[in-house]
Amino acid sequence: MGIIIGVLEQGLIYGVMALGIYITYKILDFPDLTVDGSFPMGAAVTAALLTKGVNPYLALLVSFLAGAVAGICTGLIHVKLKVRDLLSGIIMMTALYSINLRITGKANVPIFSNETVLENSVVNSVFAKIPVFQNLIVALIIALVVKFLLDAYLKTKSGYLLRAVGDNENLVTSLAKDQGRVKIIGLAIANAMVALGGSVMCQQQRFFEVSMGTGTMVIGLASVIIGTNIFKNTKIKPTTAVLIGSIIYKGCVAFAIWRGLKATDMKLITSALFLIIIVVTMDRKRKVKGNA
Amino acid sequence: MLELQNINKYYNPGTINEMCLFDNFSLSVNKGEFVSVVGSNGSGKTSMLNIICGSIDIDGGKILINDKNITRMKEFERNKVIGRVYQNPSMGTCPTMTILENMSIADNKGKTFGLGRGTNKARINFYKEQLKQLNLGLEDKLNIKVGSLSGGQRQAMALLMATMTPIDFLILDEHTAALDPKTADLIMELTDKVVKEKNLTTIMVTHNLRYAIEYGNRLIMMHQGNAILDKNAVEKAETKVEDILKMFNQISIECGN
Repeated sequence: MGIIIGVLEQGLIYGVMALGIYITYKILDFPDLTVDGSFPMGAAVTAALLTKGVNPYLALLVSFLAGAVAGICTGLIHVKLKVRDLLSGIIMMTALYSINLRITGKANVPIFSNETVLENSVVNSVFAKIPVFQNLIVALIIALVVKFLLDAYLKTKSGYLLRAVGDNENLVTSLAKDQGRVKIIGLAIANAMVALGGSVMCQQQRFFEVSMGTGTMVIGLASVIIGTNIFKNTKIKPTTAVLIGSIIYKGCVAFAIWRGLKATDMKLITSALFLIIIVVTMDRKRKVKGNA
Repeated sequence: MLELQNINKYYNPGTINEMCLFDNFSLSVNKGEFVSVVGSNGSGKTSMLNIICGSIDIDGGKILINDKNITRMKEFERNKVIGRVYQNPSMGTCPTMTILENMSIADNKGKTFGLGRGTNKARINFYKEQLKQLNLGLEDKLNIKVGSLSGGQRQAMALLMATMTPIDFLILDEHTAALDPKTADLIMELTDKVVKEKNLTTIMVTHNLRYAIEYGNRLIMMHQGNAILDKNAVEKAETKVEDILKMFNQISIECGN
């Protein structure tokens, strides 16, 4: 029971981050490695603010904005300085490592005694009778709010343009819009969501650790690929699919650890799982090509 | 009115592969003209369109639209008054978006893309009417993705989308070249209808000499960066496909192929 709740909780929190990666990977078609830096950035900002006694909800907002700034930087490097997409992300990811250390001042920041969005006097009193589900339900609410806001955004004119730029940049230019600007906006939103996920993660595990972002891209991408492939031909929205994908992914990791692998093997499990997922989903494409 | 004044364009400048495409090339297109442009590969037809639209930079000269110098204007800014249909049908539409969504973004060209609802429900009937005149049954498929349409259907949509908002110029870049003969005829008829209805100033590049002769009211033949033939409406009416073909052959002999 405890494991299942843990998987759901972590899956939903990482799901917020995966939704950000869904924007860059699926919509913008931009392999954005910035997330390895913007995820811990959200955590760093949160840890720094909470230790100063700032309201945890405000910390969520500030993390969101900090992530957006990181995304804008990546976008500017790519669009204005014409650096390749992958490299732009790597440059920002590396820079953010030091920036995150600057934000917190040290590599490890525990926030054990502070109120968080998951555990504060108001939430505690609401869940007084079912404390076991408290974190899970708060995480679910956060993930759903982010999902519905993203769904709503993708139906706006601006959202249409974002989808168009990943699909056919040329059409955006034809519509007399600067495709570079649209990309920057997309990267800002994506990284803002990733940082938001990092903020919630930090508040849930109650510490910040500078290398917690390593592999964020892989985890997020795995979630996106699992989710969108499982629900490919169904009516389920891709955003919902990504959240479910993230939970499934966390379930697989939990299963591997339960079968005897150590927590220190985590990154190995992550990459092995990711490799399996890529190979499995790629298989179909190959067959199609072979038959064509 | 569109004017190209003394355009110079070099490819690979400073290398042994340097090639001068345009040397003092000038052309003016008056309002309401429908210009068909023919010419062999590498004669500068598509480059000319790219220069007008701002897809490629020029090394010298001026581009004017309605007496306004747009030489330094970026491609996306120029597109406010220009609609363009490409040879590749997938260039003018978004494959993962539905027909309705594609029509909606095209309808919003020139306006801001803010946080308002992407599809204006009040316009759906208008989109349906527009699609209906294509006679392809697309008006009943509003919610299917454009990626699942055939090339001809996509090109028809691309044409609709390019001309949906008020524009000054329509640029057609071999827009029937990737289609089968029957679909190509259909798209060409549709093009003619739209151009006449909206009184658009149009430049059409084509390799189909029959279309070049049949449609439009001015004919230009390009060769090595020059317009070696420029027939107005009256002269064009007397021109036959064979005449153009004969010229083509002459050029080819000069070039040694």
